[in-house]
Amino acid sequence: MAAVKKAPSTIYGYNSFCPGCGHGIVIRLIAEVVEEMGLAEDAIGVLAVGCSCLTNRYLALDLLQAAHGRAAASAGAIKRCRPDKLVFTYQGDGDAASIGIAETLYSAQRNENFTQIIVNNGVYGMTGGQMSPTSLVGQKTTTSVKGRDPEIMGMPLKISELISHFDVSYLARGSVHDAAHIRKTKTYIRKAFETQMNQGGYTCVEIISPCPTNWHLTPLQAVDRIEKEVLEYYPVGEIKGGAR
Amino acid sequence: MVHINSEKCKACGYCVKACPKGALAFGENVNGKGYHAVTVDEEKCVSCGTCYTVCPDTVFTIEEG
Repeated sequence: MAAVKKAPSTIYGYNSFCPGCGHGIVIRLIAEVVEEMGLAEDAIGVLAVGCSCLTNRYLALDLLQAAHGRAAASAGAIKRCRPDKLVFTYQGDGDAASIGIAETLYSAQRNENFTQIIVNNGVYGMTGGQMSPTSLVGQKTTTSVKGRDPEIMGMPLKISELISHFDVSYLARGSVHDAAHIRKTKTYIRKAFETQMNQGGYTCVEIISPCPTNWHLTPLQAVDRIEKEVLEYYPVGEIKGGAR
Repeated sequence: MVHINSEKCKACGYCVKACPKGALAFGENVNGKGYHAVTVDEEKCVSCGTCYTVCPDTVFTIEEG
């Protein structure tokens, strides 16, 4: 019997993410889009430090492990050397919006022709659930044990809104908390990759993703939290370039 | 029909919640990782593929027939 829906062939083995982690969904979406575009042999991914680097043992594309926060700088350089390749970064919020915020913003400012995928789960996952710049107000983490206090820690950082100040080609925020948003997020990734391959310039998709382990919730509670709390602060949709 | 790779399942429950026909449930047996892997009631399943879409662990393959 012919399979009508099956995992992309560039995904292999078992991933080592926690139960309910959104990374597995986002990686699958990237793999699906890359294969549908026929670019599996011409895609180069740049991985960040953090849970996102576990992609190394799960996705059979050419992948580079960048230094912490520097994925955008590495991807820009690769794209300049090989403009015919599909170049993307795969980063978490702790990497792209904190340690690597300079690389993120200056790639956007220069309109470097690659795609930045930022998985925003509002916490430093791999290092044990510390507060990240994108943690919500009141969110309890190992470094904000009474909840994030904006008086001391400031308001959560909206990285897509920051990037939107620059003249970038395509910018969208998606989510992977339910089937409808997952399908929508896939179209965002596809538009970003197509814009890049048309030499359009900098493209970025921020993706809201659950981290049940470090949110101290069950997976189903975590996706409920996204729907009820997270999307209120981080609204999804196309921010720039959606009409093209 | 839907094919389930039980060994990949981490029992997050996304598919059980998302299934529009209520065809999925956690099984009684545990897999090699110690999770109660999801099982399908083939009488109820309409092969819509929603489980494939929401699964973080590529447990599902949807086949014709």
